[in-house]
Amino acid sequence: MAREHTKTYRAGISVIAWAASLTLFFPILWMVVTSFKSELDAFASPPVFLFFDWTLENYHIVQTRSDYFRHASNSVILSCGSTLLALLIAIPAAWAMAFAPSKRTKDTLLWMLSTKMMPPVGVLVPIYLLYRDTGLLDSRMGLVALLCLGNLPIVIWMLFTYFKEIPKDILEAARMDGATTLKEIVYVLAPMALPGIASTLLLNVILAWNEAFWTLNLTTSKAAPLTVFIAAYSSPEGLFWAKLSAASTLAIAPILVIGWLSQRQLVRGLTFGAVK
Amino acid sequence: MKALLGVLLGAASMLVVGPALAETKLTIATVNNGDMIRMQGLTADFTAKNPDIKLEWVTLEENALRQKVTTDIATKGGQFDVLTIGTYEVPIWAKKGWLVALDKLGADYDVDDLLPAIRSGLTTDGKLFAAPFYGESSMVMYRTDLFDKAGIKMPDAPTWTFVADAARKLTDKSKEIYGICLRGKAGWGENMAFLTATANSFGARWFDEKWAPQFDQPEWKKTLEFYVNLMKDAGPPGASSNGFNENLALFNSGKCGMWIDATVAASFVTNPKESKVADKVGFALAPDNGLGKRGNWLWAWNLAIPAGSQKVDAATKFISWATSKSYLALVASKEGWANVPPGTRTSLYTNPEYQKAAPFAKMTLDSINSADPKKPTVKPVPYVGVQFVAIPEFQGLATTVGQQFSAALSGSTSVDAALASAQATAVREMTRAGYIK
Repeated sequence: MAREHTKTYRAGISVIAWAASLTLFFPILWMVVTSFKSELDAFASPPVFLFFDWTLENYHIVQTRSDYFRHASNSVILSCGSTLLALLIAIPAAWAMAFAPSKRTKDTLLWMLSTKMMPPVGVLVPIYLLYRDTGLLDSRMGLVALLCLGNLPIVIWMLFTYFKEIPKDILEAARMDGATTLKEIVYVLAPMALPGIASTLLLNVILAWNEAFWTLNLTTSKAAPLTVFIAAYSSPEGLFWAKLSAASTLAIAPILVIGWLSQRQLVRGLTFGAVK
Repeated sequence: MKALLGVLLGAASMLVVGPALAETKLTIATVNNGDMIRMQGLTADFTAKNPDIKLEWVTLEENALRQKVTTDIATKGGQFDVLTIGTYEVPIWAKKGWLVALDKLGADYDVDDLLPAIRSGLTTDGKLFAAPFYGESSMVMYRTDLFDKAGIKMPDAPTWTFVADAARKLTDKSKEIYGICLRGKAGWGENMAFLTATANSFGARWFDEKWAPQFDQPEWKKTLEFYVNLMKDAGPPGASSNGFNENLALFNSGKCGMWIDATVAASFVTNPKESKVADKVGFALAPDNGLGKRGNWLWAWNLAIPAGSQKVDAATKFISWATSKSYLALVASKEGWANVPPGTRTSLYTNPEYQKAAPFAKMTLDSINSADPKKPTVKPVPYVGVQFVAIPEFQGLATTVGQQFSAALSGSTSVDAALASAQATAVREMTRAGYIK
């Protein structure tokens, strides 16, 4: 009887899980399907789901109209560059806050987070002027720095919570054995917090990849990533859904694949330390 | 780290290679619409004639482009050499000294050939500050088959009373046929473009000569009541979220008896690849109330040069090429007359080949000619602009007012409450901006 119950219970859970994941995945699926429609089918009412004339025309148009690979390589450089730079700064910072806290550590942490609450458009003009005068407009270097600074509070916070879970005694033992601070971080702390660092890295790459305010406003062509590539395909007057879907599918494909491949690591990192 | 190193090396190599190139590179900011995309495709013709100029296109969605170009020009960022801007921006930016006057467009440019209504909106203090690339007005598009079936005949210049009666007669909600589809989505360029132009034909105006907001006047009440009642009786469900594209989809799938919107829609609704009713569409002027003003707007996308640009000569050459008569002929030779950017030159409308290829040509021209951006309303006003008021505060103000009117359409507020709220907002904003002393 108990087994029966478990079976139904499991089946129920599976159904709920499948329903939830399909609901979450449906918009992406819809976008991919739309990218193979003609503009007329994309606008059809009632909407058509699978039975229409599949076409690759939109991908062809997107390819001939804009340079996908230049935009994609900019996206890779911006998201990886800003993430690595952020980790380089955040790991020592989080170490200091977790293992050598001072009187003001808590306030500093809160203050850092508060910077995320300011709407970016509020500082658009000052940053624009600063970048204009330093020649950083439309440069990858300028955007790497800005995206890094923008995400730094979150990176430090995430690393700080992971580091807090690591027993101080282990680090002390390393110190007793004569390890310097650098060695302590590199050989003892980092390997133990690896799942946490990995998930921070992945999350930050995704955030930087999707960042659309600064990348749209501070670039024109040289440093323009995939967000600018997508923005070229929307229009208030005219049919554009199918072409926009094709451009969006191309833009999210790399990050989607990375996300799938690293799913296990991401989930492990996010739940790290959840159960003591 | 490697990526960073790559960036550093890349930047360094750019510094070395940069000065070695002798050609001028023009960065052109433009909107994503069919005519602009076609122009990008014809770049080779320009570069063949001007081998020392290289073109770099930055295409963006309208709102993204507006934000970016405005930031750049206001801070003198110098990221762009040629800007695509609307008739709303041109008078404001020209007055601020942000644009270069276009007085060297070349001997064969023929400025007098530009349509007077369009040209007047781009001229400040007698100087042209932007050259029109494509222009549009609004008009009535209607289903000839539905009108025949109902035994009604659409005149070339209908009144609002006629349009409202016809819309109610054509409506058959059981068959999902709605007599009229109009914009309802909130936004200064969405429902407010339509409602401001409509209000002009009802004798309303945004401000009196002393910049006092006029939403408390009977003309606005008449306009909004007419619109809300008409849409309730003869409009599609959920109209308060419909903009141009949503109405286009409704019309093209055969669900609208009439649609009043941009003249540019004519080429979409008559294209059999996009429209199920392509061969059943007729055109008429936007309606009026016999007060001397029709409810049509006037808009153009124009090319301009930001002040302080280092490449004025090359940019002028490009603008002259893109807005010339020979450009129209070039597009016609490659893609046919129906695909020529409309609404800028008189000579296009006297061209018999164009008249044959574009059945909506005459109606477009008449619509454009009947709009006067310098005298848009029945009563006098202190502003320029037909469906907008060319002051910097208008975008924000009209979007807030548009939200109120959209709420009145959806029924979540009353017409009177929406107008009262619009009046209060307008008085507050205009006082804050210093127009009302």
